[in-house]
Amino acid sequence: MKAFLKYREVWLLAAIVLLIGLISMRFPGFAAPGNLRQVFNDTSILMILALGQMVVILTRSIDLSMASNLCFTGMVVAMLNAAHPAIPIPLLIVIALLVGLVLGAINGFLVWRLNIPSIVVTLGTLTIYRGATFVISGGAWVNADQMSPDFIGLQRAAFLGIPVLSWIAILVIALFFLLMTRTALGRSIYAIGVNPTASVYAGIDVGRTKFIVFCISGMVGGLCGYLWISRYVIASVEVANGYELNIIAACVIGGISIAGGIGSVGGAVLGALFLGIISNALPVINISPFWQMAISGSAIILAVVLNARGERRQGRIILKKAEAA
Amino acid sequence: MTDTPAPRHIPDRLDKPFTSAIFSWEALLVAVAVAIFAVNSFASPYFLDAWSLSDLTFNFTEKALIALAMALLIISGEIDLSVAAIIALASTMMGMAVQAGAGTPVLVAIGILVGLGCGAFNGLLVTRLGLPSIVVTIGTMSLFRGIAFIVLGDQAYKGYPSSFAFFGQGYVWWVVSFELTLFLVAAVIYWFLLHRTSFGRRVFAIGNNPVAAQFSGVRVGRIKFILFCLTGLMAGIASVLITSRLGSTRPSIAQGYELEVITMVVLGGVSILGGAGSIVGVVLAAFIMGLVTFGLGLLNVPGIVMSIFIGLLLIIVIALPIIWRRVRRERFT
Repeated sequence: MKAFLKYREVWLLAAIVLLIGLISMRFPGFAAPGNLRQVFNDTSILMILALGQMVVILTRSIDLSMASNLCFTGMVVAMLNAAHPAIPIPLLIVIALLVGLVLGAINGFLVWRLNIPSIVVTLGTLTIYRGATFVISGGAWVNADQMSPDFIGLQRAAFLGIPVLSWIAILVIALFFLLMTRTALGRSIYAIGVNPTASVYAGIDVGRTKFIVFCISGMVGGLCGYLWISRYVIASVEVANGYELNIIAACVIGGISIAGGIGSVGGAVLGALFLGIISNALPVINISPFWQMAISGSAIILAVVLNARGERRQGRIILKKAEAA
Repeated sequence: MTDTPAPRHIPDRLDKPFTSAIFSWEALLVAVAVAIFAVNSFASPYFLDAWSLSDLTFNFTEKALIALAMALLIISGEIDLSVAAIIALASTMMGMAVQAGAGTPVLVAIGILVGLGCGAFNGLLVTRLGLPSIVVTIGTMSLFRGIAFIVLGDQAYKGYPSSFAFFGQGYVWWVVSFELTLFLVAAVIYWFLLHRTSFGRRVFAIGNNPVAAQFSGVRVGRIKFILFCLTGLMAGIASVLITSRLGSTRPSIAQGYELEVITMVVLGGVSILGGAGSIVGVVLAAFIMGLVTFGLGLLNVPGIVMSIFIGLLLIIVIALPIIWRRVRRERFT
């Protein structure tokens, strides 16, 4: 099984190398280390979000509210920064994590205690969190000139020649790798996805574990709220509108089964990178950026067709979480 | 094997006592609708006016048409997230046809056929290749809207013939719009299909247990394929209506509709896990969502704040019966 999983990521890696090769034929500078570093940095936020979504999907749930969470938390930290520039940035990041945690915990609580399907809960909170962003901001934007230089500058500062944003992504990837492969929680998450009923008999508290994964995806959404706002230096109600589907797309391309239990940190990262490379490459090889949506749509369909070969039976019970209850 | 008991009449559904009718999902929705209607009438003097109420229906008829077919699809255990993208693609194709000089009948045919084709494409991927519908339709959602973006970019199609405007702007009789009439007719057809035909029983059977349904001789794949086609068809019809109402096509048309349609279906009491639901509930949910958005609109509440109410309504209406059941169980045990 493990060899098979590795096999899948090797294939995805090969596809990415091939993609970079094809792009380089049209635009030789694309494969230069400096540019690839730039692509990695551009994709950092998507990678982090995809990891947060991955732990949720592994437990046969889904979090559609991540982008709205990102938008809300981003607005909170941006408004705090605009009103009180003296608050140190690390404290703001902690606040972002906490706000995200609370939003994620609301999702998790509804899934855990009331047994409402996660797709319904997060469909509701998707609109609620974005609406709440409008309420706290009054519809106003927070612009670049209202943000402090530190707020904007932190992630752009270079450390060992690599921007801090990339370092944060690397750190998060490492943390998720440890979580999924070296902790009991990580094993429980996989176990719930593979067989929720058996997990109960194995002594895993399925509901509580689901609560925890929603807390994790919430914190990830909160962290990315700060990262997104400080990267694109504008906080508005429209931030990351519809992005929840990009996050899920990255997971699907990365080979994470929507039926739960199958997927890895490496897959999520590579899936996000695949999308990041496409969006970075289109302008340099003179293809209209309007093609991006159709290309990533085709990539998702192709990926799910290829991934489905090993998991056809599980794919059929996608929404049947009833037996987990 | 001793003596077999005498064959006994087995009802295909349990008798409904009066109390269970009162506490049924539809009754809850009716209560919510009446409450919102009353609050609206008190809150705004402009609400209780025939033309206001007529305008109100334009808020939801296009989405509700799709919700009818989506309800069947979700009852069968599948889902289609690509419906809004189908609207965009069908609208773009109609726009191209206008540029080529097509008349109104051709435009309508193109809109409906593109919708049907997209639905069939989803259905083929799900039933032939056995893929999970939620992922397939996230993919086709990007693909269909992506094609609209490739064709249109940041441009828009305009110049639809004036006779085309009837579908989205015309009235059949007094304040009764064509859109509302179409929705009510479609609702009756879907009600009959789901609750009065063997096809409808099979849809429920598939949603409750696809394996058992298969072994009972239900052609699971074919019925699911038909449901995807129906959903695409309704999206195509909605595309004709919305294009006619707006009189223009942009690739971002109907953005986010898929989530509103699904909210409508779930609010209508259809189980997202499949196997349960009713058309009456979906129709009531459509009216509730229309009432909420229109009433708040009259009070100058911005659209994004309305979405909070819709989101809260969704969660509360789903959570209330669960909490209610739990409280009752704790009291009696």
